[in-house]
Amino acid sequence: MTTLLTLGPLLYHWPAEAWRDFYFRIADEAPVASVCMGEVVCPKRAPFTFPLYEEVIERLQAAGKEVVLSTPALITDHRDLALVKDAVELGAGLVEANDVAALPLLTGKPHVIGPYINVYNESTLARMAADGAVRVTLPAELPAASIGKLAEQDSAAIGMPEIGMPMIEIQVFGRWPLAISARCYHARAYERSKDGCLYACGEDPDGLPVETLDDEPFLVVNGVQTQSASYGCLLNELDLLKACGVRRFRLSPQTIGMIEVARLFRDRLDGRIDREEASVALRQLAGHTALSNGFFHGREGAQFV
Amino acid sequence: MSLPRLELVCPAGTPAALEAAVDAGADTVYLGFRDCTNARNFPGLNFSRKELEAAIAYAHPRGSKVYLAINSFPQAGNEGPWRQAVDDAAGLGVDAIIVSDIGVLDYTARRHPDLRRHLSVQASAAHPLALAYYHRNFGITRAVLPRVLTVPQVKEIATEAPVETEVFVYGGMCPMAEGRCALSSYATGRSPNTAGVCSPASHVRYVPEGERVQVRLGDFTINRFESGEPSGYPTLCKGRFKARGHASYLFEDPVSLDARPLIPELAAAGVKALKIEGRQRGRAYIAQVVGALREAVEKAAAGRTPETTSLAALSEGGRGTGGAYRKDWR
Repeated sequence: MTTLLTLGPLLYHWPAEAWRDFYFRIADEAPVASVCMGEVVCPKRAPFTFPLYEEVIERLQAAGKEVVLSTPALITDHRDLALVKDAVELGAGLVEANDVAALPLLTGKPHVIGPYINVYNESTLARMAADGAVRVTLPAELPAASIGKLAEQDSAAIGMPEIGMPMIEIQVFGRWPLAISARCYHARAYERSKDGCLYACGEDPDGLPVETLDDEPFLVVNGVQTQSASYGCLLNELDLLKACGVRRFRLSPQTIGMIEVARLFRDRLDGRIDREEASVALRQLAGHTALSNGFFHGREGAQFV
Repeated sequence: MSLPRLELVCPAGTPAALEAAVDAGADTVYLGFRDCTNARNFPGLNFSRKELEAAIAYAHPRGSKVYLAINSFPQAGNEGPWRQAVDDAAGLGVDAIIVSDIGVLDYTARRHPDLRRHLSVQASAAHPLALAYYHRNFGITRAVLPRVLTVPQVKEIATEAPVETEVFVYGGMCPMAEGRCALSSYATGRSPNTAGVCSPASHVRYVPEGERVQVRLGDFTINRFESGEPSGYPTLCKGRFKARGHASYLFEDPVSLDARPLIPELAAAGVKALKIEGRQRGRAYIAQVVGALREAVEKAAAGRTPETTSLAALSEGGRGTGGAYRKDWR
């Protein structure tokens, strides 16, 4: 069974050159089949990287990568929606919808559903398929049982033989996206308003750490998004995921060596290294950041089982 | 200037609360079945089928409508209870169901096309195009808007959307996009989407520390306060956390929404209905809050500005706020 890795969209506000160079290196060195790019968190960041899209897309495609254009996780106004329109007009690859407001622009065309749209069950998945979704990344908090049921649809196709069921993709590395808001907590933490944020989020390339009053790492804030402080990690669960029919695995970029992370997951999927060795290597790559896999096991998401 | 009189949509977690709401002037009471199909699945709350039947028999002759919230997300492999809830809602004659899941909407539109469908706030539809999607595909006729929009944003949606809009006017605040928040399940394994609960009481612990009290949710400290300091229910996003070395209510101050003074603005913006949060609240609270909101709605309809009076003691942490409507956050 062929398995494929996807690099999720870079969710943080990096300087434009650093953003470009990151994708260049992914194009040149990372064993991923698909690469998502596009602003998911805040439309105010988009003008910095948009002028670089052409060269980045060219480089990725020349390297044989499929390009996926990701769109905002929360669409509240015309600036958010404009990013969806831009992605559609660009025509450089599949567009990934992350808010239902993007769907009217994509219905009838092949597209991808990102992890911010609630696909919790078979009926919703079937509806997404009918609208033209070819791939669905499931929400972070879904446990193994739900993933299994939905991935099974993928091969069994329920009652709609004319429509192929979407491929199921699961995030297996990177901070879990936990919440999205119309408010910017990053600006608030820097005592600025949302409209006068001066790009506070640019100060924290791996997110702004949020600790408990007992100084325990808990969450990170990334603009209007709240993520887990821990890096989600389903490295030890890859065999289980494969066994329940999942063939696509998503790595969400962090500031650690993502090329090495991608190689590690690829090697593990291909059986080139064993579980133990892979775990040790990832632990080293993650540095001081905790790992978590509780959602998959139906436990507290912060747990590492 | 007189404004349209907005529909007042009030919560009920028990038959007694429903009667109190109807008697206090609720145009509509919303409630849920006593199971996982609604997003307030707390012990001792909600309605059996028989109780819903009695609720309708009480409300309808008194001119009040009854909406049924079927607004959690069915888990894969277990859509049965949600479909049963929809079938029963249609059979018992509720005036509308409030739904968030696309699969449940799809089922309802196919099987019960005449059953009125409202989009729950749990669908976090915050743009006219999102509402257009739900309207075109599933025939929704109303949407409850997220609690984080400003009045100009509400106006834009109400003007452009092909459906009626309903907004929260009083009760708990939710600073995140509702229905897309896994903060509670990250700390406790249970979230509104998976279990119909947020920051469940079963996972809250108050740990005395001399003069102070530490508040734990699952394995995390989410607040610490002096004994006697007012504190509301310890919802995760209303906890105190440290960022950049500074402890604060980073996500949301412990306050409740009280948007009564904004009712005229909301009516002028084209909003159709006002919603009170709080199906977990008791009969006395419901009676007082519904009564006060009834008065505010009448004042606004008569062209006067309602005041925030007499209800502060009931709100979270003792303080009310206009919330995001006031635009402090932009």
